[in-house]
Amino acid sequence: MIHSLFMINSAGDIFMEKHWKSVISRSVCDYFFEEQQKANSPEDVNPVISTPHHYLIHIYRENIYFVAVCTTEVPPLFVIEFLHRVVDTFTDYFGDGGETAIKDNYVIVYELLEEMLDNGFPLATESNILKELIKPPNILRTVVNTVTGSSNLADTLPTGQLSNVPWRRAGVKYTNNEAYFDVIEEIDAIIDKQGSTVFADIQGVIDCCVKLSGMPDLTLSFMNPRILDDVSFHPCVRFKRWESERVLSFVPPDGNFRLISYHVGSQNMVAIPVYVKPNISFREGGGRFDVTVGPKQTMGKLVESVVITCAMPKVVLNMNLTPTQGTYTFDPVAKVLTWDVGKINPQKLPNLRGNISLQSGSPPPESNPAISVQFKIQQMAVSGLKVNRLDMYGEKYKPFKGVKYLTKAGNFQVRT
Amino acid sequence: MSNGGGSYNAQNDSRAGSTGEPDMGTEPTGGFFSADYKKHDDLKQMLDSNKDNLKLEAMKRIVGMVAKGKDASDLFAAVVKNVVSKNIEVKKLVYVYLVRYAEEQQDLALLSIATFQRALKDPNQLIRASALRVLSSIRVPVIVPIMMLALKDSVVDMSPYVRKTAAHAIPKLYSLDPEQKDQLIQVIEKLLADKTTLVVGSAVMAFEELCPDRVDLIHKNYRKLCNLLVDVEEWGQVVIINMLTRYARTQFLDPNQQDVVADDDKNFYGDEDEKDSEEEEEDEEKEKTPPKKPYMMDPDHRLLLRNTKPLLQSRNAAVVMAVAQLYHHIAPKSEVGLVAKALVRLLRSHREIQHVVLSNVATLTTIRKVRGMFEPYLKSFFVRPSDPIHVRTLKLEILTNLATETSISTILREFQTYVTSSDKDFVAATIQAIGRCASSISEVTETCLNGLVGLLSNRNEYVVAESVVVIKKLLQMQPDSHSEIIQHMAKLADTITVPMARASILWMVGEYSDRVPKIAPDLLRKMAKNFINEEDIVKLQILNLAAKLCITNPKQTKLLCQYVLNLAKYDQNYDIRDRARFIRQLVSPAGEKGALGKHAKKIFLASKPAPVLDSSFKDRDQWQLGSLSHMINQRASGYSPLPDFPATAPDPTVRNVEVPMPWAEKTHKKKAGKPKKEAFYSDEEEESESESDSEESSSSSSESGSESESEDDSKSESGSDKEEKKSDEEAESSSSSSSESESSSESDSDSDSESEPDTKPQKKTPPPKSKSSAKPKKEAKQEVSLLDLEDIDMSSTSAPVPTPASALDVLSPSLASDLQGLSINDKKDTAISVTTPMFVSTTSHELLHRMTGEGLAANYRFTRGTCIYSTSMVPVELTFTNHTDSPVSNIRIGEKKLQAGMTLQEFPEIPTLPGGGSMSVSIGIDFKDTIQPANFQICTQDRKYNVSIKPPVGELLQAVTMSEADFTAQQSKLTGMNENSGKASIPSQHNNSKTITSRISELANVAPVFSSQDGLYRFAGKTVSGGTLLLVTVKVGEDNSASITVNCEKMAICSMLVKEVKQKLSQA
Repeated sequence: MIHSLFMINSAGDIFMEKHWKSVISRSVCDYFFEEQQKANSPEDVNPVISTPHHYLIHIYRENIYFVAVCTTEVPPLFVIEFLHRVVDTFTDYFGDGGETAIKDNYVIVYELLEEMLDNGFPLATESNILKELIKPPNILRTVVNTVTGSSNLADTLPTGQLSNVPWRRAGVKYTNNEAYFDVIEEIDAIIDKQGSTVFADIQGVIDCCVKLSGMPDLTLSFMNPRILDDVSFHPCVRFKRWESERVLSFVPPDGNFRLISYHVGSQNMVAIPVYVKPNISFREGGGRFDVTVGPKQTMGKLVESVVITCAMPKVVLNMNLTPTQGTYTFDPVAKVLTWDVGKINPQKLPNLRGNISLQSGSPPPESNPAISVQFKIQQMAVSGLKVNRLDMYGEKYKPFKGVKYLTKAGNFQVRT
Repeated sequence: MSNGGGSYNAQNDSRAGSTGEPDMGTEPTGGFFSADYKKHDDLKQMLDSNKDNLKLEAMKRIVGMVAKGKDASDLFAAVVKNVVSKNIEVKKLVYVYLVRYAEEQQDLALLSIATFQRALKDPNQLIRASALRVLSSIRVPVIVPIMMLALKDSVVDMSPYVRKTAAHAIPKLYSLDPEQKDQLIQVIEKLLADKTTLVVGSAVMAFEELCPDRVDLIHKNYRKLCNLLVDVEEWGQVVIINMLTRYARTQFLDPNQQDVVADDDKNFYGDEDEKDSEEEEEDEEKEKTPPKKPYMMDPDHRLLLRNTKPLLQSRNAAVVMAVAQLYHHIAPKSEVGLVAKALVRLLRSHREIQHVVLSNVATLTTIRKVRGMFEPYLKSFFVRPSDPIHVRTLKLEILTNLATETSISTILREFQTYVTSSDKDFVAATIQAIGRCASSISEVTETCLNGLVGLLSNRNEYVVAESVVVIKKLLQMQPDSHSEIIQHMAKLADTITVPMARASILWMVGEYSDRVPKIAPDLLRKMAKNFINEEDIVKLQILNLAAKLCITNPKQTKLLCQYVLNLAKYDQNYDIRDRARFIRQLVSPAGEKGALGKHAKKIFLASKPAPVLDSSFKDRDQWQLGSLSHMINQRASGYSPLPDFPATAPDPTVRNVEVPMPWAEKTHKKKAGKPKKEAFYSDEEEESESESDSEESSSSSSESGSESESEDDSKSESGSDKEEKKSDEEAESSSSSSSESESSSESDSDSDSESEPDTKPQKKTPPPKSKSSAKPKKEAKQEVSLLDLEDIDMSSTSAPVPTPASALDVLSPSLASDLQGLSINDKKDTAISVTTPMFVSTTSHELLHRMTGEGLAANYRFTRGTCIYSTSMVPVELTFTNHTDSPVSNIRIGEKKLQAGMTLQEFPEIPTLPGGGSMSVSIGIDFKDTIQPANFQICTQDRKYNVSIKPPVGELLQAVTMSEADFTAQQSKLTGMNENSGKASIPSQHNNSKTITSRISELANVAPVFSSQDGLYRFAGKTVSGGTLLLVTVKVGEDNSASITVNCEKMAICSMLVKEVKQKLSQA
C-alpha cells in the first residue's frame, strides 16, 4: 500500500522521510518537483502523479507537501484520506501540524508514523488509542519524565484497541462531567449580480466536547431530524437507530470530536442572512467602488464578524476608499481588498465607497471581481435544526449539558 | 522530549555555518544533523554508557538522522546492542533503526533475532505484537524459517492484536521469499476464518496481496465478512469492499442483464426510493420479457449490497468511494443512484479528495445510463473561484456531461460567468465545454454559436483564439448558411496571433471558399506576404488554402499558389517542404496533366466527417472505479481488471457453512414470511413454493405479526430483537428468492428450534400500547446495558465460536481486565448479589450408558455452584464409573461440537480408572443462555463416544438475593415483551409456602426474595452466561389457583420457565 512518505516544505526541502518497506531513494521526488514547477499555486499540483515505477500521491496542508509513494495499485482516496488523518493527528498532538511542530517533535512524529502504519497498511489511526500508546508532549510530563525516567510510551496495549468501542479509552474520570454540543452550519452560496441566489445550500456539523466519566451512552434527539438530507457519522453513532428512529445514539469518544456532518438539500429554500449591494465600475485609468452590506433574513439575530474580501483585477494599482464602519485594507501585491465590517447595524447600513486607480495605459478590466463574504450569527442554525434533548444512560451522575448554535458563511460568493 | 528538541536545535545552530552536503538541503530549515564522523563517535559512547537517558538521547539523535534521510548505518553495531534495553522508549527507537538498516547489515542484524524470539513469548500482547512486527520487517532472508515459525504461532495467538500483526507480516514474508506462498496461503486461510473485526480487515489485505485469485478461500467466509463489515475498522472496510466487488463479479449474475431490453425507460432513478424502484423494475422486467426466466438476485448478492449501504454514511472518503464503486459495478442500475448523494457530500472535503471524487464522477457521467443520478446535484458542480485549476476543469467536464435540454440554459448561463474569469486556461476550457454542449444538444447549437461569435470580439486574445477553434469545429458539423461567420472570422486573421486560431481560420476559409469567393484570395495574398514569419502549423494551413483556392479559383490564385509553394520549398521544416512537394504535384504538375491532377479536386475538397466532441473521460470506465489505474488512466502495476459477470451463476451452496449461522437462519425466516411474493414472479417458482406455502403459511403469518411488534419496541430489545430487525429489513429490501431454499434446507431445522421460542413469547405479549408507556422508564436505567449487550451480541451472533473476549475470560483473568470495554459484568447491579443455591439436586442424569460405553458409564449432575473456570459457565459434575474389570485409561474430552458461541472447559485427563472404580470431575459449559445441547466426545485410550448434555432451563440460572424494593424496581423495568405469565392450579395439599418454595428451588436455581405480602412468592436469579436478571413471581389466590409471572430479557428462557413452573406446581 503506502511504501514511503516524504515531507516537503514550501522551499522544496525534503525534511523528513519514512519508509515502511524497503528504502526508496528520495530522488523519486524529482518527478514531484517537476509537476510542482508547472503549477501556478501549491494547490494546483495534481494530487496523483504517475512516474515510471512509482505513483506519488500527495496532499498539501500546513504549507507542507506530504508525498506518499506507492508502487502498486491502491485506491487513491485510501492514501489521501490516510495522509489527512496523519496531519490531523499531528495537529492533535502538537497544536499545529506545521513544519516547526514536526521538526521540534520529530521523535514523536516518527513513533506515530511507525504506529499508524505497518507494512504500508494502517494499523492504529484512532487518536484516542494513539494517545494511550504514545503520550502527547506537554511540559509537565517532560519534567516528570526527566525526573523519574519514565517514558512517553505505554507498555501495555490500549484497552480500546480490542474493544467494541475502539474510539473510547477506559477508565475516564472527570470531576465536572460536561457535554457540549456545537451545531455549526455553513451557508455555501453563489449570489448573482441582481442579488438572486444562483445556488445555496447548507452544510452543518455537530462538534462535541464531551468530558464524561466512565462509559456513558448518550442519545441526542432533534426536534426536526427530517430536514437532514445527507449525513455522515463518527463511527460511534449507531446507524440502525438513526435509520429507525432518527436519533443519535452513541458512546462518545473522550474529548473533542465531530459527531456528524450533514447536508441540508438545496431543494429547501435557504434563508440568506445578508445581502451585498455592489457597484463597481471601471473606466480608463480608474473606477468607482461602492459596496453596501445589509441584513436580510436573520430571524432577529445580530450578524457579526462580517468580513468582505474581493480579489481585484491585476491592473488595479490602488484603492482609496472610505468605510462608514470598520476598517479596510488593500494589499497592492496580491490585489486583495479586505473590509472588516464587524457587526451590522440594521439602522445604519455599513458602506464602503471610493475610487480605484488603475495602471495607466492598460485597458480597464471587462469583468468585475467576485466578492466573498464571511459572517457569523450566534445562537441560530439557519436550517432550523434544533436539538430536542440529550439523555445519558449507563452512568449515575448528572452531566452538565450545553448546546450552542452558530451559523456562518462557508463559501459565500457574490458575483458583481 | 525537550531534551531531544533542544539538542536538535543546538545541532542545527552548530551546523548552520558548516557546509552541508551538496544534495541534502542546506537551507536554514535543512538538515537535522550532519553526517559528521566525530559526532558518531560521540553517539557511540553515549550508546555504550549504562545510563538510560544518555542512550535515549543518542537514539533520539540517530532517529533524527534516519528521519532526515542521512546515512547512519555505521552505528549499526552500537545500536543493535541496545535491543535488549529495558527502557521501552530506547527499545522502540532501536526497533525503528533496525527496521531501516537491517537489510544493509544482515550479519549484525542476526544478533538481535534471539531477543525477538524471546519477546514473542512475552505475556504482554503488545510486546509480542511489536516483536513480530520488527522481526517480520527486517528483511533478512536468512531468518525466513524463523519468521515462518513465529508467524504460525502468532496466527493462533489468543490476542487479536497479535493476530492482526501476524496478518500484516504475511505480505512482508512473501516479498522476502515468494517460495513460501503455499504455506502462507494456509496461514491466510486460518486468518480469514477469524471472527474478530480487528483481524479480518488485515487478513483480507494479506489475501489481496498474495492470492487475490483464490476465491475459494472466500466462499466460506463470505457471509461472515458481509456481516462483520460495519464493525471493521475503516481501512479494513475499504480493502474488504474492493475484494468483495471482485468476488461478486465472479460469483453472481449480472443484475442488469435484462436492462438491455428495458433500457430506454430508465432515465429517472434519481431520488427514488430504492425499494419502490426495485419493485417497479422487476414488474417492468416481467412485463417486457415474459418468456425469459426472470432474474433473481442471489440472496448473498443482496446481503452484500445491503450491508455495504450504511457505509455510504462513513466519514472516511475512501470507504464511501469503495461502496460507490461496489454499487456501480455490481448493483442493479436502479440502485446505483443511492451513491450520488454520498459522492456529492465528499465534495465538501479537502481538495485532494474533491479531485479524486470528481474524476470518478466525471467517468460516471459519461455513462448515459447512470448520468441521471447526478442531475439533481447539478449546482453542486458549479465552479467557485477558489477551486484549484484541476478541480475546475473536472467540474466543467461534469457540467458538460450533465447538460441536457432542460438544464442547458442554466449551464450556459453559468458558463458565461466563467468566460470572464481571469484564468486563461480555464476560459479556454469553458469555451471548449460550450462547444461540446452545442454539438451534443442540437436545440442550443445556434445559441451557442452566436454566443461564441460574440466572444470573437472579446479583448482577450486567448478567448478569441479558443472560440475560433471551437467555432471551426461547430461549423464543420453544419456548414450551411454561416457565411457571415466565416467572413467575420476571415477578418480576424489580420489581428489574431495565436497560431492554432490562425490555422483554424485558414482551414475554414479554404474549406468553404465557395461561400466567401471574394475574401478568400485576398486572405491568401495577405498570408503569402507574411508566410516566412508564421508558425509551422499556420504555414501548413496556408499551403492547404493555396492548393484549394488554386483548384476552385485558378484564375486569381494560381500565381499566389506558386509563390507560396516556392517559399515552402525552402522552408526549414521538412514537413512543410514535403507538403509543398506533394501539393505541387497535385495542383500544378510540371509537365502534362498527371493522373493525380485529375483527382485533385476530389482529394482536397472531399466532404470531411464532422469531428465528434467527446468527453476525455469517455474511455475511463474500462478501469475499476476509484482505482489508481482509473485516476491515471493507465494500468498501474498490480491492477487486475474486474472480471465480467459469469453467464451462469456458479454453485451458490459453496458459501454455506456447516455450523448453522445466525444470519443463515435469518434469511430463511424471512423467506417464510414472503412466499406469496415470490409466486408472483414466475410460474415455475410458484409450484416449488406452493408445497412449502401450506406448511409455512401459519407460522409466517404469526411471525410477520411479531416482527412488526418487535419493531415498535426495538430499542429495549437486545440480541433477539436485532435478529428480528435484520430479518425484517431483509423481508423488505430483498426482492425474494427461491434459490436459497434447497441450498440450506438442512440448516432450516436447526434454525427453527432456535427461533421458535423466540417468537412465541412475542405473540403473547400485551398490546403495544402498554409497552410504549413503560418504555421511558425502562430506558432510563437499562438503556446502556442493553445497548452494550447489543454490541456484544453483534460479535457473538456473528461469530459462532467463542469471541476472543470470552476466550480470554476463560483463560487468563489478567487479560480480561484489558477488555473492560467488552466486559459483561459491568452491568451487574450492585444491590444484587449472587448467593448459594437453595437446593442442590442429587439426581444425576445419564451421559453415557455402560452398554454403549463398553463398561464405562458416565453421569452428569448440575452442581449449581459457581464454576471454577469462569463465571459465565454452568458447572457440571461428571462421574465416570468403570463397570469392567480392567482399567480404562486416558479418559478425556475429545472433539467438541458446540453451538455458536458456546464454550466448554474440559477436565484434566484421567490417566487411569481402575476396574470397578469411579471418579468425579467437573467441567464448565457456557450455554450462552440457550437450552441447546452441548455435544462433545468422551475419549478413552482407544474409543470415542459421542455424548450430549442438554441443560434444563432452570440450570441456566444462578440464584441471587435482593431486597423486595429492588425486586419490584427491577420487575417494573422488565415489562412488556420481557414478561411472561401463566396460570396453574395448585393441589390444595401442596398449597403452602414451604412446598411452593422448595418446588421452585428444585426446578430452577433461584433464591427466594422476602415478600411482605401473603400468598405472594418471589424468586430471583440471573442467567449464568449473560448475567441477565430473571424474576419469578407466584401469586396464589383463594381457590388454589396461582398466577405465575416470569420477567427476564431472555424471552425464550422466560417462556420455558413459565411452562415448567406451571407443570411443577400443578403436580399432585
